[in-house]
Amino acid sequence: MKEPEAVPIENEREAASPGEAPHRDYEGTKMGMWLFLFSEIILFGGLFLLYSIYRFLNPKDFHNASLDLDVVLGTLNTVILLTSSLTAALSISALRDNHKKLSLLFIGATILMGALFIFNKYLEWSAKIHHGLYPNSHILATHPRGEQLFFGLYYMMTGLHGVHVLVGMGIFCLVYVYVARDFVNASYFWKLENTALYWHLVDIIWIFLYPLFYLVS
Amino acid sequence: MKEHSPGYGFYVFIWLTLLILTATTATAAGVNAGKFSVFSVLFIAGCKSSLVLAYFMHLKYESRLLKLLFFIAIATLTIFIGLTFVDFSLRGWFGI
Repeated sequence: MKEPEAVPIENEREAASPGEAPHRDYEGTKMGMWLFLFSEIILFGGLFLLYSIYRFLNPKDFHNASLDLDVVLGTLNTVILLTSSLTAALSISALRDNHKKLSLLFIGATILMGALFIFNKYLEWSAKIHHGLYPNSHILATHPRGEQLFFGLYYMMTGLHGVHVLVGMGIFCLVYVYVARDFVNASYFWKLENTALYWHLVDIIWIFLYPLFYLVS
Repeated sequence: MKEHSPGYGFYVFIWLTLLILTATTATAAGVNAGKFSVFSVLFIAGCKSSLVLAYFMHLKYESRLLKLLFFIAIATLTIFIGLTFVDFSLRGWFGI
């Protein structure tokens, strides 16, 4: 493996004293990230539980309300997010193979697809809001209780997920700069790896949101 | 540092599998109605997330400790969901 020419500033900072090899706990870094991801699983898991119970109590209303959602847009967003997960995974492989430019290209593609996902969500939400289907609207208040619950959960869960996508995009932008400046490189890439882990988890959450809101009828 | 890094082609293969599963779940939901549909789409979602976890997130190649921690997190969630459903589905059964 080729040594990177520029000495990464971050690594120097972590060195105990000049000339000494920096102490790195790669396993610990990764495990910390996973522990955070577990807390995210429990966070969304609680919302999924709430959804399941309300669905169990109001099956008919949930069915009718889900018919209002745009399945094509939902499926398109699923494909976009799955593809962005692929590019996120590929960006690590490329960086490890010392293909910096290719890695940057993959990171850029991931950010772009995240933006596309958010744009679709914007279109979807504005259409719903235009039809008066939003929490506390007068039109939605005339709908059955179960449908109101469905839309409350829809906005809460896809909204929280959307915030996660935005945060992921922000961190990926930061990592893009790190890779471009060789702070993150073929021998020191945990920042990219942990960001990708986060992105994949956000993808997994969408994998469950998509059938529960758009498909199940 | 992890030595194992699946090739580009393998990632593309996993991605294609994920897309096929998405197409399957979209058509399955359109064809079937009722409870079967719920379980089938959730089963497919489980398969898809397992693929993402195992290969994109490298969980398959991680240490036993990390796998165990993951198992504990999922088990905790399963207990939460399971017990709550037992509660809701048995309400009113024993005159409670």
